Amino acid sequence: MNIDPNLIKKIASVSRLNLTDKETEKFTSDLQNILDAFKKLDEVDVSNIPTAIHPIDVKNITRDDIPKKCLSNEEALENTTLKKDGFFKGPRSV
Amino acid sequence: MKISEHISKVRSGEIDILDHTHKILDQTKKINKEYNYFNTLSEDLAISLAKQLKNSDLEKLRLPGVPISIKDAICVKGVETTAGSKILKGYKPLMHATTVQKSIDQGALPIGKTAQDAFGFGSFSVNVGIGFKIPKNPFDKERTCGGSSGGSAGFSQKTKFAHASLGESTGGSIVEPASFCGIYGLCPTYGRVSRYGLLDYGNSLDKIGPMSKHIEDCAIMLETISGYDENDSTSSKVPTEKYTDYLNKDVKKLKVGIIKEAFGEGVDESVSKNVWNYVKKLESQGVEYEEISLELPLKYGIETYYIIACCEASTNLAKYCGMRYGQTDKLEGGFNEYFAKVRSENFNEETKRRIILGTFARMAGYRDAYYIKALKIRSKIIQEYKKKFKHFDALITPTSPIPPPKFSEIKDLSPLEHYKIDIMTVSPNLAGLPHLNVPITSKHSSEINPDLPIGAMLTTDHFKEGTLIQLGKE
Repeated sequence: MNIDPNLIKKIASVSRLNLTDKETEKFTSDLQNILDAFKKLDEVDVSNIPTAIHPIDVKNITRDDIPKKCLSNEEALENTTLKKDGFFKGPRSV
Repeated sequence: MKISEHISKVRSGEIDILDHTHKILDQTKKINKEYNYFNTLSEDLAISLAKQLKNSDLEKLRLPGVPISIKDAICVKGVETTAGSKILKGYKPLMHATTVQKSIDQGALPIGKTAQDAFGFGSFSVNVGIGFKIPKNPFDKERTCGGSSGGSAGFSQKTKFAHASLGESTGGSIVEPASFCGIYGLCPTYGRVSRYGLLDYGNSLDKIGPMSKHIEDCAIMLETISGYDENDSTSSKVPTEKYTDYLNKDVKKLKVGIIKEAFGEGVDESVSKNVWNYVKKLESQGVEYEEISLELPLKYGIETYYIIACCEASTNLAKYCGMRYGQTDKLEGGFNEYFAKVRSENFNEETKRRIILGTFARMAGYRDAYYIKALKIRSKIIQEYKKKFKHFDALITPTSPIPPPKFSEIKDLSPLEHYKIDIMTVSPNLAGLPHLNVPITSKHSSEINPDLPIGAMLTTDHFKEGTLIQLGKE
């Protein structure tokens, strides 16, 4: 697998990261080195082996659906300066 | 001082909680000035809780007036919580993490948020966020505390007063810094302790656990924080135990497996020698041991761990976009431009690297070859451990292949070399198995590196934290 700067730029773009040219160059070389080393995993036969999303069985743990006190509007907005009329204020969407 | 001694003195009236809290906060500030163990001190919270204890029945509380420090990734209501990253500067949670609430309910006093690699991304606590300070090893300021719970480990070693810290591990971040600072660090089974209120790194890997100079303190803390929590859907309903009872249990006839691959190439001679001395000491107490092979975890653990952990991290960190909490910026451009600007200016280099690695390994065309393959190898690693636990009560390896390195040595390591330091710890974390660092050398007792702490790591089957305490007791 060859990693080139264009692939790094594409990954950065979907990750919402702006990289400098220096960062792009560094991460291209780092990712190449890391993936070259990770090729070792090809040696492991995983046919008929299930995936382990979690290390222990934690399927279908639910709680009773009872309404509880939740955050007030003021509390929810407490941690930001970007707010207006009781709403979060964000960048334009269109 | 052990927590149990502190509690006796509080109950007998020898320690006045409020006076003591003022005194230890002064000491903490002095230590912090020299060693950078805290990102934030929560002086006001500790004092106000200490005052409230005046009206409490101290006989009924498990931790009356016991100072605790808390890794910065764990939420404390009203106290700045950043997970060590600049992007969360200014964030003050609206609730306590379950572990913090349970500790406070038993009389504990949170004194501050400890230093860490940003989001837990590191093994030496050098990958701190932009503008954060790097914690220093309590035995040698030129060396690392280990990571990512480095501040918790260093401070636990440096304090003279009774204290425990809440650390967090994704791939070894409790035991490895514990080893580098010569303390106990207990990482519980995945799901044993609630993750509610933890700023997550990898949801299928993260665990909160106690760190302290004394194993007894770890047992008391684990009794306090463990148990089912409906706020964490991955929290387990397996009943908890009275972990302190294990401190008095005999170790005779317990059977441990010594993993021979953990003593091979790349492992410092002082580490191998001291861990083997520890095994012989256990043998003299009646523990039976056998050298065994556990190839898969040691051979493929690093690669498997870094793929899964970075995939999970890259999705978890998508929520940090400079709007609802933490750092914000002038609202300019569209969503994507704004989010990218805030993220790029506030994430450090290692955070960006792990987001890129994780995003790549989940992308269409690469997902099966990396992420899915890693999840399958994880199954094989779990199966391999489970087979061993049919015959052994615990497995032993060094906690780290090397004693704590100097900062000057760390700066020359490539990212890959940096990741490889986690070779001993990633696989128990992948398998969600409980593990404990036992400090086996203290200052001046290690024969080869006389001033550096070295740790042995005990790993047991799921929910067998009691056996760790039984075997690891001082």
